[in-house]
Amino acid sequence: MQAALIRALTEIMEQNPRALILGEDVGRLGGVFRITDGLQQRFGADRVLDTPLAESGILGMSVGLAMAGFHPIPEVQFDGFAYPAVNQIVTQLARMNYRSRGTLPMPVTLRVPSFGGIRAPEHHGESLEALFAHVPGLKVVSPSNPHEAYHLLKYAAARPDPVIFMEPKSRYWQKGEVLPADGGSPLGSKVVRSGKHVTLIAWGAMVARCLQVAELAAEDGIEVEVLDLRWLKPIDAAGLAASVARTRRAVVVHEAPLTSGLGAEVAALVTERCFGTLRAPVERVTGFDVPYPSGDLEDEYIPNIDRILFGIQRVLEYRRG
Amino acid sequence: MVPVTTQVPELSGDELRRLYRLLTAVRQLDLAAVAWQRQGIIPGYAPELGQEAAQVGSAFAMDTSRDFIFPTYREMGTALTLGVDMVQYMATHQASWHGGLYDPVTTRLAPIQAVVGGSVLHAVGWAHGQRLAAQADATQADATAETAPPDGAPATATPSDGEPDAAPAAGLPAALTYFGDGASSQGDVHEAMNFAAVLKAPVVFFVQNNGWAISLPTEAQVAGGRVAARAAGYGMKSLTVDGNDVTAVVRATREALAHARAGHGPVLIEAMTYRRGPHSTSDDPGRYRTLDEERRDAGADPVALLAEQLLASGHADSDFLDAAQADALAAADTVRDGVQALRPRPGSEMFEFVFAESTQQLTDQASAWRKESEHD
Repeated sequence: MQAALIRALTEIMEQNPRALILGEDVGRLGGVFRITDGLQQRFGADRVLDTPLAESGILGMSVGLAMAGFHPIPEVQFDGFAYPAVNQIVTQLARMNYRSRGTLPMPVTLRVPSFGGIRAPEHHGESLEALFAHVPGLKVVSPSNPHEAYHLLKYAAARPDPVIFMEPKSRYWQKGEVLPADGGSPLGSKVVRSGKHVTLIAWGAMVARCLQVAELAAEDGIEVEVLDLRWLKPIDAAGLAASVARTRRAVVVHEAPLTSGLGAEVAALVTERCFGTLRAPVERVTGFDVPYPSGDLEDEYIPNIDRILFGIQRVLEYRRG
Repeated sequence: MVPVTTQVPELSGDELRRLYRLLTAVRQLDLAAVAWQRQGIIPGYAPELGQEAAQVGSAFAMDTSRDFIFPTYREMGTALTLGVDMVQYMATHQASWHGGLYDPVTTRLAPIQAVVGGSVLHAVGWAHGQRLAAQADATQADATAETAPPDGAPATATPSDGEPDAAPAAGLPAALTYFGDGASSQGDVHEAMNFAAVLKAPVVFFVQNNGWAISLPTEAQVAGGRVAARAAGYGMKSLTVDGNDVTAVVRATREALAHARAGHGPVLIEAMTYRRGPHSTSDDPGRYRTLDEERRDAGADPVALLAEQLLASGHADSDFLDAAQADALAAADTVRDGVQALRPRPGSEMFEFVFAESTQQLTDQASAWRKESEHD
């Protein structure tokens, strides 16, 4: 995925002279995850800008650069360090197009290495999708593999609106092909495995885990459909409904805490559209309502194969009381 | 207080008269807006009584064919000086639309907004963009002079070694950003100053130190006593100026702009003024200061001070002052009529400006709103 992201950024910078990368250590170091590796040598220190260590500054400056006609691609090093920038993201970046009645659009793509799974210190693994998806004016997307990372980043960076691009850091070193675009809606979800008994709905790193679960379930004769949601705002409600209408059962899987997480939104959308055909309530398999735990407890927190299988079992065995 | 301006020429008689007309217009409109709030014409307003010279003087120095101004919510005097339509500006206080109805791109005034310090960083980003654009233009011009570039080659900026390149002869476009003594304690303001100084961005930080952050006086808000003193910590030039003296403000801003345009980096101006009225029409200054304190601390009235200067220098007579006053009153009445004629924006606009590329969800919500609210 790292190589796919570098390739996407390189092409974006080549094709759009107004595109700028800025953030802490993105230049000479190539980013702490090396996602901007080699780009400063190629495009110069003005277009790949090492900024002072200040996330609000990086995002506030991106707003001003966008007002000057540039297409900033800021990076915050880790999800937990997006919090210091939340004021600029929520009160400024997300609202400038609205406040200015469309005269100051904000073509800003914020790259955020996201989620857990790498046993990192506190604040180096968080799941911010519900926070950002709740803010009017922001769009949120998360790729699940190198192919998606390449195409979704290129698409996001060509948008005239702010997009929060949540890169699953546990998948950075995953190998995989980048195929040509498949012609589907770039804003849609994707069925990445077909099945008829239950739909697993996931994004980011959880897509791969759900695919593992589907393999295991198949050994017991349970055919699991896996839906990669991709866009967390706007959510592809039609795609969700189409899959669940076929399987009649749904389990949504995410790393973020349960309460007020995106799983609740997904469950509501599925219920609105598929109430008559659902055989069981939509299940959620998620992180817990606890601060993101330290590395030793991470495996207990992130939905694992067993917990997802239990979720599937609950929807399969549900009987109307 | 002596301004640190020494290299900028004195203002001409014509400039002084124009400034007086602007100050008078701002004073009258400001007083009128408070009255409109009391009369129920607008729900709220942030008065700027006493800050007319700081705002008019700084905005007067700007070149709105290329510069850009980043205001807070208390910059009516700046907006009027820039020529922004005052009805469209007041629309934000009338509750028509957040940020006002004016076009920020053509007026060169960013939308009004209430998160103090929020727009200071935008000024740095915008100003840095001007440096990048100027460097890209220079690179392209060089390339054109030497060899014709291949068709469709993008205009890329030259890698910088960290030192500012020579600015074009006319100098760089500059950003002017306003904030108060209260906002100077916001982290964003410090981040903005550091970023601007590191990047040598052509930005002028204009602090209106009006003595109060709602109820908290400057001494409880600004450690060290002066915002301008902080500039030294960022390696940034600073000027302290009598914010009640419009000529001093114009000259200080011109000096700062010359520095920024030349590519030497940002400048901080601290204009010492006084918020003579309340923070907003909901505020009650009697809870935190006495009338005696106001009289003692307010300093010279900016409008009266310029009137004295004009009369003493012979650049204007009392007839001119009277005419300016009459015109200001008439202009305020015209704005009031315009504000009263404003109608609520069509509800559909709620949905139109959220994104440049809207979403199916918003389209669906707009349809439901239309149907359920009988707006078809």
